[in-house]
Amino acid sequence: MSETEGAGKPKAIVVGHGQFSAGLVSAVGQICGLADKLVVLSNVGQTPQDIEATLRDQLARTGARVIFTDLPGGSATIAARRIARENPDIVLVSGVNLATLLDFVFSSADTPEEAARAAAERGKASLIVIERG
Amino acid sequence: MGIQLYRIDDRLIHGQVVVGWGQPHNIRFLVLVDDLVASSDWEKELYRMAVPPEMEIYFADVDAAIRDHARYASDPRPGILITGDIASMLRLVRGVKAIGSVNLGGIHHRAGRAEKVRYVFLTPDEEDQLRALEASGVEVTAQDVPSARARPLTEVLEGDFK
Repeated sequence: MSETEGAGKPKAIVVGHGQFSAGLVSAVGQICGLADKLVVLSNVGQTPQDIEATLRDQLARTGARVIFTDLPGGSATIAARRIARENPDIVLVSGVNLATLLDFVFSSADTPEEAARAAAERGKASLIVIERG
Repeated sequence: MGIQLYRIDDRLIHGQVVVGWGQPHNIRFLVLVDDLVASSDWEKELYRMAVPPEMEIYFADVDAAIRDHARYASDPRPGILITGDIASMLRLVRGVKAIGSVNLGGIHHRAGRAEKVRYVFLTPDEEDQLRALEASGVEVTAQDVPSARARPLTEVLEGDFK
């Protein structure tokens, strides 16, 4: 995979606590070189209004239509839900993990919602207890 | 049991509350005291969906929280009461007269506020409101998560640490 194959507009925003999203997106870059498909945001030090405004700004700037968040009850998820409520074309996925993002950045689905749903299923399937032996 | 923590946090329900405090203290109910949220079905639904299934959430404006405080305080389950701003907590404390301590969990930057702790920014008016809280016999400390040290209000207002 060459670096230029990943070039292009971001497809999603990844937002969460601390350095969660930076770490995940860094891992995507290391594995497949497609980190530029994702925008990194953190809720650190931000009011709920700040988080919402930053998300709105990034959605407008990048054209991304998918938001991945970490915790269903986190402040970033609540801010994203406010935006998704007004914008039916925005897709919100909480509980994101690395397998979810890897599936998403490679997706060739027709719509952001299809890509996000398939990625979420892949992410769920990756969370397993490895049996001994 | 009843209310284990009275917290001022402008994010209201979020990860630090639900997980950071909720899990180690086995919290089973939350009381979200906010006049705006209490008046909006959409806002209530938004926060209800942020709470894990093992927790119950109650919504109240400040007047209703004063009226129903005895019920929250005598609940056999451990709970957390949250306001989004200092003024609401001050009204509650004055109305209830049975609150011994208040936790500053998150008051973030906005125009006119100065940094006191990494997660507490205050206007001069808000500083006065906190002094008024303490003058009414309430212990006020800043502590974002249970593993952090609870910083007394005098130390917070000095703002000479980060």
